Amino acid sequence: MNLFRDAGHLFRLAAVFVAGLAFFLVVRGFLVPKTFGEYGHYRGAALEEIAARPVNFAGHQSCETCHAEIAEKKGGGKHVHVNCEACHGPQAKHADDPGSIQPAKLDTAVLCVRCHEANAAKPKNFPQVVSADHSNGLACDTCHQPHSPAIESGGAK
Amino acid sequence: MNITRRHLLWLLPAAAVAWEHVLSGTPEASPNYQTSQHWWAMLIDLPNCIGCGNCVRACQAENDVPDGYFRTWVERYHVADWRLETPQVDSPDGGKHGFPPAKEEGGKNFFVPKMCNHCADSPCTQVCPVGATFISPDGVVLVDKTYCLGCRYCVQACPYGCRFIHPKTNTAEKCTLCYHRITKGLTTACCEACPTGARKLANLRDPKDPIHEFLKTHSVQVLKPHMATYAKVYYNGLDGSVR
Repeated sequence: MNLFRDAGHLFRLAAVFVAGLAFFLVVRGFLVPKTFGEYGHYRGAALEEIAARPVNFAGHQSCETCHAEIAEKKGGGKHVHVNCEACHGPQAKHADDPGSIQPAKLDTAVLCVRCHEANAAKPKNFPQVVSADHSNGLACDTCHQPHSPAIESGGAK
Repeated sequence: MNITRRHLLWLLPAAAVAWEHVLSGTPEASPNYQTSQHWWAMLIDLPNCIGCGNCVRACQAENDVPDGYFRTWVERYHVADWRLETPQVDSPDGGKHGFPPAKEEGGKNFFVPKMCNHCADSPCTQVCPVGATFISPDGVVLVDKTYCLGCRYCVQACPYGCRFIHPKTNTAEKCTLCYHRITKGLTTACCEACPTGARKLANLRDPKDPIHEFLKTHSVQVLKPHMATYAKVYYNGLDGSVR
């Protein structure tokens, strides 16, 4: 082993490198989050954390489990594809605890014109009114039943 | 077996890799949800959009988006006669409260809802220096808030202007495609609240999803296709003036 005759300093140097590498790997093991790189160059646990956020809109399926009669009424009218929470707002809390948390009463004067106030940019086949001229100040639900709005469909109260 | 220094040099990196796998453990999967079964997209059917702002309000209610910031918003386009290159666009408060009557008569007027395009090759993900933003295995571009530095590279990189820095947390914020909802079998808040069905969530990996039939039979476009971001928000009936 003539090659390694005076090579002691090389081994010492190698030992320093190995110690440095070991130190780096240990520190890295502590600093890099456990799930980093699980799916890609990011923290895999972030997926579950983002998915764990609570829901505010319950979804029309859960409304219909209790309010089947409303769903039936809607089914015959033009608002059949308008989901409950499009007008009633987020109701997950009410769906979780229907007894103590009641949805706020809605104001048709605000609600109906959000969609049906005439605007040049709305699709031409969408029913629109100029609310100031349409009802002489009467509330929309005087004539129209919001769940089935056409007057001829028995919508009038 | 004698382990020499040389052997140890080879073994240490391998041990480090193995140790990392031990540390990461097995992920806790959401029940019944498999990322491999989904590749999320959104369909925006412009001829159905009435500019009511329901999607904007729903998004803010669902995701606690601070006032004046938007994960989704609605723009109104006014294109005077042949001036396709210079449309006038307005979006008062993101279209949250609807739109006032148009100022100018004539021409072409229409609404365009905007949101994160959940690009399959997203520029915002590419520029993140720390791996805080990423494309999930089911195709949703997400931000890891605990990892984000707030350096704003991604805000600049997004060609669609869909990101902002949250004023409280100082981290990047964006549409998550309601990841907390779609992994539970619900649709997104904006789709749930859209009264005309102008927005539809779609799973491109599900062969039974109606999106496939729709894409086959309609003239569908994505925003800024020249950016080659492979955007997954598909617009039906998109006008050439939309930027």
